[in-house]
Amino acid sequence: MSDVTGEWLIKGASIVGGEVADIRLAGGMIAAVGPDLPAGAAQVLGAAGLVALPGLVDLHAHLREPGREDAETVETGTRAAALGGYTAVHAMANTEPVADTAGVVEQVWRLGQQAGHVDVRPVGAVTVGLGGKQLAELGAMADSAARVRVFSDDGHCVADPLLMRRALEYVKAFDGVIAQHAQEPRLTEGAQLNEGEVASRLGLAGWPAAAEEAIIARDCLLAAHTGSALHVCHVSTAGSVEIIRWAKSKGWRVTAEVTPHHLLLTDDLAEGYDPVFKVNPPLRAQADVDALRAALADGTIDCVATDHAPHPVEAKEAEWAAAAMGMTGLETALRVVQLAMVETGLLDWPGVADRMSVRPARIGRAAGHGQRIAEGGPASLVLYDPAAPPEAVDPATHASKSRNSPFAGMALPGRVVATFLRGTATVLDGKVTR
Amino acid sequence: MKRHLISAADLSREEAVLVLDTAAELASVAGRPIRKLPTLRGRTVVNLFYEDSTRTRTSFEAAAKRLSADVINFSAKGSSVAKGESLKDTALTLEAMGSDAIVIRHGASGAPHRLAGWVTGSVINAGDGTHEHPTQALLDAFTIRQRLGSGDQHGADQRGTALDGVRVTIVGDILHSRVARSNVLLLSTLGAEVALVAPPTLIPHAVSSWPCKVSYDLDAELGKSDVVMMLRVQHERMTAAYFPSIREYSRRYGLDAGRMALLPEHAIVMHPGPMNRGVEIAAEVADSPRSTIVAQVANGVTVRMAVLYLMLGGAGESL
Repeated sequence: MSDVTGEWLIKGASIVGGEVADIRLAGGMIAAVGPDLPAGAAQVLGAAGLVALPGLVDLHAHLREPGREDAETVETGTRAAALGGYTAVHAMANTEPVADTAGVVEQVWRLGQQAGHVDVRPVGAVTVGLGGKQLAELGAMADSAARVRVFSDDGHCVADPLLMRRALEYVKAFDGVIAQHAQEPRLTEGAQLNEGEVASRLGLAGWPAAAEEAIIARDCLLAAHTGSALHVCHVSTAGSVEIIRWAKSKGWRVTAEVTPHHLLLTDDLAEGYDPVFKVNPPLRAQADVDALRAALADGTIDCVATDHAPHPVEAKEAEWAAAAMGMTGLETALRVVQLAMVETGLLDWPGVADRMSVRPARIGRAAGHGQRIAEGGPASLVLYDPAAPPEAVDPATHASKSRNSPFAGMALPGRVVATFLRGTATVLDGKVTR
Repeated sequence: MKRHLISAADLSREEAVLVLDTAAELASVAGRPIRKLPTLRGRTVVNLFYEDSTRTRTSFEAAAKRLSADVINFSAKGSSVAKGESLKDTALTLEAMGSDAIVIRHGASGAPHRLAGWVTGSVINAGDGTHEHPTQALLDAFTIRQRLGSGDQHGADQRGTALDGVRVTIVGDILHSRVARSNVLLLSTLGAEVALVAPPTLIPHAVSSWPCKVSYDLDAELGKSDVVMMLRVQHERMTAAYFPSIREYSRRYGLDAGRMALLPEHAIVMHPGPMNRGVEIAAEVADSPRSTIVAQVANGVTVRMAVLYLMLGGAGESL
């Protein structure tokens, strides 16, 4: 195998979809970008036809370790991330034990360091045990080696308005952000699927759009009142988009993410009751998908986040109501975005770089990520072949430990060819290097 | 017939009429000295019941036995299901035992769909969560055709006919009712005009896409109904704020003698059972000559015989 950590000369890549140039990587940095750079001692990687993007940053992934190593580990989850073109991943706090102390977030961070495929940035729980009753020691997590800046009870909504206000205020002391899983709990008791025609026909308890929108509206007002930073996880409805657009128009510190699956899939996929399509928030209607795409295109929604949620086979091989919620996504995200956003003309490659790297890095305070591909910048980037013929997704080939991809069997375009993390090739020729 | 019966939407008009005609034919067996046909001898029908329902289980059991099938009752209680065995493992177990058809009652909507993916035999939905209960709709349709037609009591004169123009009003907890979902689909397939009546809290979202009309006013509908079908009100709905009290529900949506008088003279009153007397239906209504409640139970056996007969390949042999 080639020396993945040495100097590299990437020949003839299209820089963020624009000019074709060579990129020289040395010492973890981009040493030069320009035409016909000399190879010297560097290993040469032909990149004709490939788009070079800054390494992708995921604000929202479930790596399951500690506690559910049967579904995913930091090692397997970050391999999957690197294969998807990511160089940084935020690991959600709903592990067992919950990442609500400095000890747990440091453990996750260290596991990420050991794996070395991407930078793992642990997300700290907002409340102790995700219980929604008492603030976790947010400051201790912020000061820990993991340097936590994003806090979330994801999987659970911080439903108590006073607790949410306090959390938003408190994290200002260390430039933190609260990432809210917007789901009004009383309106969604037992909820299974988007409340609409499909759920009514299938006899599945409805998850009304208003349950998401009501919390987002409340939290936007709280963010405005406290001058704090709110990030809205996995926005799924057209109404949520309108509220976020309004909050941003006021200049409030509100950011938002959308998942690849909410950009592509709709609730009618539940018709066979296959829980591979069960996710929270649920798949919505086509009008919602259209609104989410438009919002990502115009920047109302800042970024794509995978909400990668691996589950073991038995958790999905069940009746719909008994099955686990969530879908894998790290290894397919960029291909889905190409299909849903680029091939529809909604986003160009600079737009993809902005929504999948620059903005999520900024929201997550991920230093050294989301930088321009230019001399002096960090050598963290992905080489992507958008012209690779569409190929059906086969979860059996995924590096993730779990197989619950909703895109299984779907022909997605594109291919991640190589990923570099600070000059080290983590993926070459579509394979993890170690 | 298709391999599985999971939704009333699985049945075309022709297939639904065929089931009703076959049931009419089979009804004559009930009048014979020996109420048994050899049709399904050697075939095995499993009743897989995850919810208590003596009524539906015994109906399927009687139907299968009258066709000489072997019947295995597999209930959640006293089986490995209670120990947490997955539906898939139970399915594979039953498959290994050689079941030709599995009749499943399950608390989760869609469980029969999942089951059908794991077994090679037929799957018959005997009620799944708040989704569907297609054989209940078939027995209701059979009962309507039998009672509103002009033929003899076995409905022989109605052979080949559907329910065109029959006005059916379904009253009660539509939101959680698998009986209502299956009836809306089947009765509209058969040409009936279906109206749903309930408080707005118990009407499903996006009901406008269903092949029926919706009203909140029972009195306004009764005079236009050939059939009124009362649904059971679950007591737990009250605590979930679907309506203020059981008494208020009963006053606004219950069928008492006074309301029954608003019905046309020929109209019938149906109920899938079990009834809450004094809540959705008054005793004098349930026990009146208009009531088909007992007939529905009897017809349940013959309609389920017809379904088993048609699905397990009995078709083609003479009765």
